[in-house]
Order: sequence, then structure tokens, then C-alpha cells
Amino acid sequence: MRFYKGLAIIMGFLFAGEAIEKLLKIPVPGNVIGMLLLTGALLLGFVRLEDVEEVGTFLIRNMSIMFIPPGAGIIVYWGLVKTQLVPIAVALVVSFAVTIVFTAKTVEILRRKR
Amino acid sequence: MKSFGFFFTVLVYYILSRLFEESGRKFFLNPVLLSIIVVALFLRFSHISYQFYMKSAGFIFYLLGPAVVSLAIPLYKERKTIVEYAMEISVGVVLGGLVAALSVIYIAKFLGATKEVLLSLSPKSITTAIAIGVSGKIGGIPALTAVLVILTGIMGNAVGVELLNLAKVRDRVARGLGMGVTSHALGTARIILDDELSGAVSGLAIALNGVYTSFMLPYLVKLILG
Repeated sequence: MRFYKGLAIIMGFLFAGEAIEKLLKIPVPGNVIGMLLLTGALLLGFVRLEDVEEVGTFLIRNMSIMFIPPGAGIIVYWGLVKTQLVPIAVALVVSFAVTIVFTAKTVEILRRKR
Repeated sequence: MKSFGFFFTVLVYYILSRLFEESGRKFFLNPVLLSIIVVALFLRFSHISYQFYMKSAGFIFYLLGPAVVSLAIPLYKERKTIVEYAMEISVGVVLGGLVAALSVIYIAKFLGATKEVLLSLSPKSITTAIAIGVSGKIGGIPALTAVLVILTGIMGNAVGVELLNLAKVRDRVARGLGMGVTSHALGTARIILDDELSGAVSGLAIALNGVYTSFMLPYLVKLILG
């Protein structure tokens, strides 16, 4: 039963997040709003960790596969990507490497200076 | 027949995940990247439309919604460390989000990308759902942005951890923040399997960078692209 209780809570927060997104017309998607709301509810004790942990952990551990269907959508835009393949590929790869190292190093250096 | 997309996605991912495990987790055998390539090529050569594929594969994508909501769980569990690092996390997101957008725009511009592509590229480091919305708002192509966001995420999923090791970043919060700011949920999916604290921070970074970039980017592109 706990599985369904957890799923109902998570889906409830997702639904609430989507409702807020629509009502406030903000650019933040419902799932991110739902995540922040659920964090708040856990902190305030409205939701118990044990109720959502099992199903939530299952979803998190299987997040990678959820990107395959939208990723395969590249075939729809392949014509456009092909004409600018070099700028797109180089910019994505270099920007990725620069951003991850820069951000992580910044946090680490700030921490050491404390 | 509509079950084809779901069945095929799971089958391909299962086979490639096994290959990945049995190879001793070689980064170039990243199962997400290879699955996308296999599915895309199969659709192209079998002349099955992407729309038909998505009839049931769309459900797998739909589960990303509740999965992102569930990132509240590691966030809650690691709350003490996150509060302790509040200053470092805030500065990291503000500067990291800026570096992500500026670097991709200037490099692509220098190499001759068109304005439409530059605008589609600019939100590549934030989570898919926010990136699509921002892309449309600033004049990019939302569906192209979705693909570019996923490609950025895959790099984090495949080599993000290795790159952080290479750069000798040892602080677990720093590792998580770098991953989340750069490679959103796909990077988080990988790093959370190695370390729950890094994963929790990475999940938080998705939210913080997503909100921050969605407000910052429209002004930034106006400023530098006119």
C-alpha cells in the first residue's frame, strides 16, 4: 500500500506544480515547482520521508532511460543540425567541459577560503 | 501496434546497458547516448515516423515529471550540508549559469552558427522543460533546444564524473553543483548513483539554475546578440 501512497503524493505534488505554473504564468515548469513544494512539505513534516522514499528512489534511479524518447527527436531536426554540425558540436563539447570544471572549481575554492 | 515505441526503447536500453556493464563501464559505451543513436537510426531507415514511435515511448518520457519531483527526497535527506554550503552554491549557480550560456553562444557564433541556432543553443545547460519554454520566448526552436539540452546532459552522464576526477575536484558538494549546473537531470542521474550527497546538490542545481537562467537569459541574449 505504501507504494501507492508514495506515488499518489508524488503525482499530487506534480499536479500542484503544474497548476501553479499555469496560474502564475511563470517560465518554471511544474515538475521543478513540484520538487520545491515536496521539499518544503518534507521539511515542515507534512509528508513523511518513509512514504515517498521507495517509489521516489525507483524513479530517480531510472531517470536516464526517460531521455531516450525525446533525444531520438533529433531525427526531426537532422536536416538543420547537419548544415551547422561543426559549430553546434564544438560549442556544445567545449562549453560543457568549461562549465562543469569552472563551476565545480569555483565552489571548491570558495569553500577552502572559509 | 502502438506498443512498438515502449517495447523498442526498453529493449535497446536493456541490451546497451548490459553491454556497458560487461565492458567495465567504458564511457564511450554510454547506454543513453547509444540508445538514442540506435533508436534514431532505426526510425530513419525503417521509415517509422517519430510521432508513431512516441505513441507509447512518450510514456517513458512522461515519467521524467514525477522523477524530477522525487529529487526532493535526496534534497531533504542532505539538507544540513546544503544549508551549510548556501553561499558557495549560490555563487556557483550564478557564475556557472552565466559561463554555460556565454561560452556556448560565443563559440558557436565564432564558428558561424546562424542566430536561430545560437538562440536554440543558449539554454542548453538547463532542464529540458524550462529550456523549451525559454527557447521559444527568445526566438529559438524549442524542439531543437530539447535535443541540444539532451546532448549536453549525455556528456555529463557519460564523462562528467571522469572530467571532475581529471580536474581533481574532490569536494562532494562542488562535484554535484558542477554536474547539475552543466548537465541537469541526465548528469544528476549518473552522479547520484555514485554519491547521494553530490546527487542531491546536483538535483538542487537543476532547480536553481533553471529558475535563474530562465529569468537571466532573455536579457543576456538581447545584450550580446541584439
